[in-house]
Amino acid sequence: MTTKLRGKSAIVGTGHAGFGEAHGLTAYDVMAQSALAALGDAGLKLSDVDGLFCTMMEDSMPALMAAEYLGIQPRFIDGTMTGGSSFVNYLTSATMALEGGLCDVALIVYGSNQRTASGRLVTASRPPAYEAPYNPRYPISAYAMAAARHMHEFGTTREQLADVAVAARAWAQHNPEAFERGPLSREDVLGARMVGDPLTVRDCCLVTDGGGAIVMVRADRARDFPKAPVYVLGSAAESSHRQISQMKDFTVTAARESGARAFAAAGVSPSDIQAVELYDAFTINTILFLEDLGFCAKGEGGAFVEGGRIAPGGVLPVNTNGGGLSCVHPGMYGIFTVIEAARQIRGDAPGIQLKDVDLALAHGNGGVLSSQVTAILGSQNTL
Amino acid sequence: MDHLRRMPVPDATGPDQIFQRALTNGEIVLPRCDDCGAYHFFPRVLCPHCHGTAISWHPASGKGRVHTTTVVRQKPERGGDYNVCVVELEEGVRMMSRVEGIAPGDIVIDMAVTAFVGEAEGQPAVLFKPVEV
Ligand SMILES: [Zn+2]
Repeated sequence: MTTKLRGKSAIVGTGHAGFGEAHGLTAYDVMAQSALAALGDAGLKLSDVDGLFCTMMEDSMPALMAAEYLGIQPRFIDGTMTGGSSFVNYLTSATMALEGGLCDVALIVYGSNQRTASGRLVTASRPPAYEAPYNPRYPISAYAMAAARHMHEFGTTREQLADVAVAARAWAQHNPEAFERGPLSREDVLGARMVGDPLTVRDCCLVTDGGGAIVMVRADRARDFPKAPVYVLGSAAESSHRQISQMKDFTVTAARESGARAFAAAGVSPSDIQAVELYDAFTINTILFLEDLGFCAKGEGGAFVEGGRIAPGGVLPVNTNGGGLSCVHPGMYGIFTVIEAARQIRGDAPGIQLKDVDLALAHGNGGVLSSQVTAILGSQNTL
Repeated sequence: MDHLRRMPVPDATGPDQIFQRALTNGEIVLPRCDDCGAYHFFPRVLCPHCHGTAISWHPASGKGRVHTTTVVRQKPERGGDYNVCVVELEEGVRMMSRVEGIAPGDIVIDMAVTAFVGEAEGQPAVLFKPVEV
């Protein structure tokens, strides 16, 4: 069943900044450069923005800080923090705010300088009190335990996990914007330094700087902009836990629910999707989300990704920019799934541009597999 | 972490205080809902299963199985490799912990383990050891 919000909003601008290393810039500097890039793409100015959707790792009131930095006084703000899924989640709240007349130009924006500032993942959230004494290395330990359980239950192999990283690199090698573009083999991944069994450092996302931004308007104005509009056909969220120890089933994520509802809202099914952009913080993520979103059956994700089947030329294009594993990962990757999905539909993807993409999926993940948000984006032809 | 690093409170009444006070006395207790009979963990003021608020405390059996596990790898000079796992107790609750008395890489899923009160980060904490067979 489609919802009242199907196709009511459209992405008319995307932009990013500071991919890789943004020396000398603060996280808010990168955020602001991303905002300018996206607004420039849409042919708009900062003074046109009256809805702001933002969170960062920097402090506890990032949306307010972002508005102050940008010199705008938005009449609608959403700074809901669900980790890396936040930005996919904002597609829903921006659509609601636009459709409700609460704002006319919505800017979703994010920036980070975590690589040049600290060289490792920065997080503002404290480890949960009943987990902290055991010193889990977050987020790696959480994903490692999910991977271990998936291997135990379904016979998923380290080779199959490695193939996810190899496929991501194969896409990245064609993308001049990607941070890691060197060759990467299954043996490279398996032979890399083990950081949290069964994951090696090559099973883990990059640590980069970078920011991204998206400009959205109501669908009735969307054709008045320089770029082809990308419509939000359906978006849905589901959250299942905060602490990894409280995850009910380590091999099934809430993407099963967020995906089913996003597909229903859009009125399409997994077999219709031409480009799949997933939050691949770790290689196990891609396998879990392909299963939970319905691209293959539960437990078959390992076989599904094997031997280049999600790489260029494979059966399903997944993470066509190189993903968080090889393109960019500044702490929260979610916004880049939307940007790449939108660019594949518009026809201006920076790396391999797929032919005639009308439907793409963007999936965000937040916390430790805790928050799952799925969005289905479509071209004019899908309305 | 701040609220774990504190002295036992003699007249403790909060769920977190009750659990921690028992630990400092060398006991592991678990909260159970009087309405639906289900255990839960971590301690809280309501039952996450039925949302009832009549919670009572019971000694834990200590019997559990490793639900999933990982080895955190780090250089010997920084303390070396160690285990982090999630154990499912016979009472049906799960908690993060570590298994001691065995090499971290030898801990496997479904391994039977027994709880004991040990020390983590200088504070009393629930730890596990393999069941002797
Ligand atoms: Zn109950």
